[in-house]
Amino acid sequence: MAGKKLKTAYDFTWRDLEVGNILTEAGNASLRRTGDWRSERPILDKAKCNKCGLCWLYCPDAAIKVLEDGYYEPDLYYCKGCGICAKVCPREAITMIEEEEK
Amino acid sequence: MSKRIGLEASHAVAEAVKMADADVIAAYPITPQTHIPERLAEMVANGELNASYLPVESEHSALSACLGSVSVGARTFTTTAGQGLELMHEVVYVASSMRFPVVMAICNRALSAPLSVWADHSDVMAVRDTGWIQVFCENNQEAFDLTLWAFRVAEDPRVLFPAMVHLDGFSLSHVIEPVILPEQSEVDRFLPKFQYPFALNPDKPVTHGAFGPPDIYSEAKVAQEVAFRRSKEMILQGWKEFGDIFGRYYSPVERYKVEGAKTLLLTVGSLSETAKIVIDERRAKGESVGLVRLRLWRPFPFEEFRQAVKDTEVLIVFDRCISHGTVAPVFCEVRSALYDEEKKPNVVGITGGLGGRDVSVNDFGYVIDRGVEIAEKGSQRMLETVGIRGEMVGIRG
Ligand code: SF4
Ligand code: SF4
Repeated sequence: MAGKKLKTAYDFTWRDLEVGNILTEAGNASLRRTGDWRSERPILDKAKCNKCGLCWLYCPDAAIKVLEDGYYEPDLYYCKGCGICAKVCPREAITMIEEEEK
Repeated sequence: MSKRIGLEASHAVAEAVKMADADVIAAYPITPQTHIPERLAEMVANGELNASYLPVESEHSALSACLGSVSVGARTFTTTAGQGLELMHEVVYVASSMRFPVVMAICNRALSAPLSVWADHSDVMAVRDTGWIQVFCENNQEAFDLTLWAFRVAEDPRVLFPAMVHLDGFSLSHVIEPVILPEQSEVDRFLPKFQYPFALNPDKPVTHGAFGPPDIYSEAKVAQEVAFRRSKEMILQGWKEFGDIFGRYYSPVERYKVEGAKTLLLTVGSLSETAKIVIDERRAKGESVGLVRLRLWRPFPFEEFRQAVKDTEVLIVFDRCISHGTVAPVFCEVRSALYDEEKKPNVVGITGGLGGRDVSVNDFGYVIDRGVEIAEKGSQRMLETVGIRGEMVGIRG
């Protein structure tokens, strides 16, 4: 199932798996929605952000994307809610909120 | 020209690894397997074998190192016994699930406690479900032949499963017998270079051993099982080609004097040679008995086994292991393999030879007589053993 973007997590059969479940292409985590079991989510307050990029550097999942205007923003498709970005932000521009709070 | 020389079974295994031109050997010495890694270390040290010998700090590390070595495409061998296999256990599953074709010789040894270094099949039975190809050797020639064959089958790109070659500790591993060693050119004809299709390569990065969440794990296991069952075809093909080159043809189930036999004894491992003496004696007296031996243990040779026993009336299964709380493992498996058959023998299980206890020709005589007696009386209710002092009480199945 190399390179295939799955419609749902169950969109494949056992026949689609590689021998030994080897992943034959590097970087295919970007095809998977890794951010579906978060319990907290980071919320960015652009007004406080100085675009230093520390959050981007520290995010263990490379889940922070660079916006066209130079700001950095957590991508919730991938973000696992670990809170590291909020911790390292020198401007306290990122706050973690409970996932249930809409 | 091939040559016939006196060789200890352990050294025959080492010789096969040498002739297979293994690239990496990672092993930890443990009785009764010690002579295999010792001999291999010697071969590497004196230049007979151009391989990396990794003297690791435990069996868990031994097999872990082997996985790393296969992942770069190196022909890899390890060996252990009893407690060592137990310590390795976690990695044993990883090897087969990640499809790393390591070859491992196991000098079968009883498990503690009480502490025992002597032969039985407790260690084998604890790894029967791990998805390794598994064969039992009967003699030194088989120890050599099956080790060589194991590389060929395990590394076949249509197989890619690890393989265990079982030989009974001491009673086979330390026995010296004549062994026919082939020419290197014959071995090279039989065993092509290992070309692992997924070898790690910085130009084409792959990920081995990724996480398997619930939406993948079940499919992964089914895919593995389908591939494992299919490996049977290459197992048979490997034996056919082995025979064509070396003149010795092997089969998953060996049949010895089974023609028209009303009673069949089923054994695994080196005790089969002792059992054959009894079969010879009984046949000479006109008794209708024969022997079947499981050479291939995994994947289980259902077809060949059913074929071998279908016309017999009584099948006596001899187990060299106790499965605490239930019936003995080979017996359990064999009986279940026959459950759906319309015509099937009465299957009786008898256990013995635990922790290196000798099972003599007379003992096998008793096993046959007692087995027939139980079959005549009807279904088996007790744990039946041979050579145990004291009466079996209250053990019903
Ligand atoms: S919460 Fe963790 S995973 Fe999510 S963006 Fe911040 S650092 Fe990355
Ligand atoms: S660490 Fe804070 S200030 Fe720096 S870019 Fe990220 S959100 Fe903005």
